[in-house]
Formats: sequence, structure tokens, C-alpha cells
Amino acid sequence: MVAGETRPRLAAKARLRWDRTGERYMLLYPERGLVLNATAADVVRLCTGELTVSAIVEQLAAKYASQPRADVEQEVLTFLSRLSDRGLITHPDE
Amino acid sequence: MSDAPRPYTLVAELTYRCPLRCVYCSNPLDWARHADGLATADWLRVFREAEALGVVQLNLTGGEPLLPTREQLGRARAVARAARQRLQGRMEVLFVTPDYYVEFPKACMDGWGRRFLVVAPDGLVLPCHAAHTIPGLAFDNVKTRSLADIWRGSSAFEAFRGEAWMSEPCRSCDRRGADFGGCRCQAFHLTGDAAATDPACSLAPAHGLIEAARRAALGEATATLQYRTAKAGAGERG
Repeated sequence: MVAGETRPRLAAKARLRWDRTGERYMLLYPERGLVLNATAADVVRLCTGELTVSAIVEQLAAKYASQPRADVEQEVLTFLSRLSDRGLITHPDE
Repeated sequence: MSDAPRPYTLVAELTYRCPLRCVYCSNPLDWARHADGLATADWLRVFREAEALGVVQLNLTGGEPLLPTREQLGRARAVARAARQRLQGRMEVLFVTPDYYVEFPKACMDGWGRRFLVVAPDGLVLPCHAAHTIPGLAFDNVKTRSLADIWRGSSAFEAFRGEAWMSEPCRSCDRRGADFGGCRCQAFHLTGDAAATDPACSLAPAHGLIEAARRAALGEATATLQYRTAKAGAGERG
């Protein structure tokens, strides 16, 4: 469950990689990979296990200041829970 | 972004050489005619070219490593140990010592009928994936018996469960509760007796077979390898 105080960390099996050919980020994991847009890559980069979900939202809301904070929060939560469903992030504090 | 075809994954078949003859394998049977023509430097160049082409994932695969010599095994173990330290937290490195170079056998299946059960596509319940290669075992089918009933009472599971089936040296060995006599299938295929001590064990009466195989590995260049040959009418068993 992804919530405000959890500290998501990219799973050991997953790796964020710049795809030079497609000029975009990919999240690679065994046998598969996800193509990320720029904001998704921003979220993944902050999944270090140090930052809480709230802190991640805070940073992204500052970066994308033209977006309503509530929208940013909703998008981050949705994206993180999709990563969590695929086992691509872990929550060490749970 | 264009949707022109681009590769994402390179499957690198490092060798086709293999001592096994698994019927499901998709590698060519005439691999003896496919020499391992690429040197390490060639492979490294191919990997760099693949990355430039867009490949983001690399699968190293191919045949099955042949029985190594003890010296080769020692080098492989050192490489694995270094890799495990270097990649800690990023990659899991598994290193399995071949049975032919252990002092005592592995606890195959954690002991027969102790922890594992296999349900085959035809409904037969097996104590291990290869149990049907041991003649004389009668397997029960989930179509006619409940799984719990089979687990508790199937004669195939009872055959090597516990210690009653053991002969010496297993029967009085301190390790019998740790390795359970090793692998029943390996014992059968090497000695003809599924109840024999796994020849991989240094205490086994038939351990000489393993020692001979190790000696043969030293002369690996002259080893005769067998092609896979699918058998007709494999539908009936048990």
C-alpha cells in the first residue's frame, strides 16, 4: 500500500535507464521494461528509500508548479501503486 | 518518435554445446557443426554494437556447461565470489557446485516426499520432476485420488520417504538427516539401483563412477557427446 509516510525504493530487480535510441527513460526489469515519460522518470528517480511519498509529491509539485498540487499528488500515488503492483518498488519501512 | 523497428533485447547464445538431451530443447541437434566461433573480444564488440542499435536488455544463454575440471571449477568459484561482492544489493549471484565435485550429495528435493510434490500434465503426482524415470514406481493420479491422500499414502512417495529404504552407508550415517542420501534419480541412473547411496557422496560404494567422470573431464576434448533423440510413444508411464 502506497501512502504518504511510506518510503518507496526501487526494487533491486529494476533499473532506470536512459534509452539513447528512443531518447526517453525506460524502467528495465528481468525480461521486460516500461517506457517512462519525463514525469514518471522524475518519480522513479526519487524512489531511493529515503524520501516519503509526501516528500516526493512536495518536490514534484515544486518542479511542476503550474499544476495543481492535488493533481500532482494523485498522479504520483497512482503511478507508485502501479509500480508497487508490479513489484518494482518496495517499502522497506513496512 | 518513429515506430521504425528497433531491437530491445539481444539473446546471445554463447554456445550450443551441451551434454544433455532434453526433448523440449530448441537448440539445434547438429550443434557439433556450429563451432563456437566468437572469441570474447568478438562478443564484447557485438554487445557494444547492440547497445548502439538500441538494445537495452541482454540475455546470455546457450547450451549447458560441460562437466568442468576441478581447476576450472575453482576459477569459476572465485569469479562468482568476486561478482557477489561487487554486485551486492544489485544482483543476485547464484553459484551451484556440480554434484560431481562435492564431498557429500545435495539434499535433493529436501528429501523424497518431504517438502515437494509435482503434478504432471496428465495428473500423475510425482515426488520430483524426474521420478518417472525410475522404473517400478507406481504413481497416483489426481483424477482418481485426492492430493492429500496421494501425499500421505501414494506408494511412490512412500518408496524413499524417511530412512527405512536406506542401505549402508546411509543407514548409519550422521548426515542422513541432512542430505537424505542424495538424489534417487541420480543413484538409479548411475548405479541401476534407486535405493543406492547417491554416487556423488564420497562415502558411496559407487563413488568410483564419479571419480572416473572427473578424470574424463580432464580429457574433455576427446569426450564423446550424445545427440538428443526424442523417443516415440512417451505418453504412457506409471
